[in-house]
Amino acid sequence: MELIKLDFYTQGVLSIAALIGLTSFLMLGQGRLLRLIFVFALQGLLLVLATALAGYSMENSHLYISAAITLVLKVFLIPWMLQKQVYKLNLHRDVEALKNSTAVMLGGATLVVFSYYVLHPVIQNSSVVLVNALAVGLSLVLLGMLLMISRHHAIAHVVGFMSIENGLFFAAIVSTRGMPMVVELGIAFDVLVAAILFGIFFLHISSSIDSLDVDQMNRLNEVDQ
Amino acid sequence: MNWIFAFIQTLLFIVLAPLLVGWVKWWKCRLQNRKAPSLLQPYRDLLKLTHKQPVVSHTASWLFIATPYIVFSAMILAASVVPLISIDLPTAASADVIVLVGFFAIARFFQALAGMDVGTAFGGMGASREMTVSTLAEPAMLMAIFTLTMAASSTNLASAIGYVLDQGMVLRPSFVFALFAMILVAIAETGRIPVDNPATHLELTMIHEAMILEYSGRHLALIEWASAIKLMLYGVLISNIFFPWGIAVDFAPSALGTALLWLLLKLAVLAVFLAITETALAKMRLFRVQEFLSFAYLLGLLGLLSHIILEASR
Repeated sequence: MELIKLDFYTQGVLSIAALIGLTSFLMLGQGRLLRLIFVFALQGLLLVLATALAGYSMENSHLYISAAITLVLKVFLIPWMLQKQVYKLNLHRDVEALKNSTAVMLGGATLVVFSYYVLHPVIQNSSVVLVNALAVGLSLVLLGMLLMISRHHAIAHVVGFMSIENGLFFAAIVSTRGMPMVVELGIAFDVLVAAILFGIFFLHISSSIDSLDVDQMNRLNEVDQ
Repeated sequence: MNWIFAFIQTLLFIVLAPLLVGWVKWWKCRLQNRKAPSLLQPYRDLLKLTHKQPVVSHTASWLFIATPYIVFSAMILAASVVPLISIDLPTAASADVIVLVGFFAIARFFQALAGMDVGTAFGGMGASREMTVSTLAEPAMLMAIFTLTMAASSTNLASAIGYVLDQGMVLRPSFVFALFAMILVAIAETGRIPVDNPATHLELTMIHEAMILEYSGRHLALIEWASAIKLMLYGVLISNIFFPWGIAVDFAPSALGTALLWLLLKLAVLAVFLAITETALAKMRLFRVQEFLSFAYLLGLLGLLSHIILEASR
């Protein structure tokens, strides 16, 4: 399908898909936790826009509800909770030194190519218009994993985890005509509960090892002594 | 007729370039609460420099004297390739975008050689820095341009712009990335803040200025003029590739007139953005330029990828 033959809304969704991919890369290159959380909220906002536009172009009012849930949870509530944690644990001035950031970035680009390569047969055989963007969904998942691997900070890990969830949500929107409401509500509340649990974990980790750098947990205390 | 028009257009490029520099400077001064020099100040500077006697070190070879002329003519050739107000140009048809990048490379190559020729420490330092920046900027620029050429399936600038113009208003995710990559590359290549500061002569920070430190008189005037043309070239490339609306497709006088007005408007707006970023940002450390440019490369790469993933027909 040529781009020019698609309607304006579909073009809009595809453009937003590209921007969502960009936000994932921005997260990979961001050493400051507060900015990382801000970019995560931005990704959520773009996701809301994509969902609403897809709902409008596919005339599916279900998608408006999931857009609204995403708006509340991923743009406001979860970033706000994470931000509160960062301030509470006094981490807002920390800058994580990113090791070999260029290699991570290029690895990220490779992951995008890989996910396109993997999904190419699926995309060829599908009739849904938006399925072109499925590769972006998969690459969001992989980039979220890369973010979790390349960081040492627990909060960055949580942001990576949440952006994996964003990727799954985006893939679901572009490859189907909207998920059943039950599934969507279930996932939304799962994510919310996960965010709350992570908050409790942060407190425990920081009170027991006095830092949120999970690299320190690689050492076993008894072995070292 | 076509050739005459191409000639006039190139002349327009050369004449308007110092005005653009003056316009950027004017806005920068106003934004920094300073009194701005007149818009014609760059012309006066060039005139003043041509009246002065050029001083050439006795260790300099012929290369040092030839370089300003080579740089200036390379920029004129580059300007003749880029469609300014009309896309129907014989010169634009004869050379494509890779040749354009080649012209920039020639100018830079000779400038770096001339910087090292005299044997001062600053010249060599500036030359090495300039080459470092440009080796990183060139692939990013080519990536951004390849995104455009893949969409238009032609490396010729005029036909690519014509293609974008033909398609009308299409939202292209790849062009968004290419636009940002191109802006970052333009900032690095024209030696603007945050990569280089065109107004500084502080030895530790200058890049482009260090390389041309030994030049004076009419040689300096030619090099300054060439870098003004280069700034304008990048401005025109960005505004005509990504926002081509308004450019003339034939030689009707009314179309040309509106094209010229649109172009001046687009360049004026771009220059204001440049002045704002230059005021808002501080110069980066030299070793962070690499991160800046690899981000530009990444954007170009993402542009290419999103063209293949999202836009190409399946």
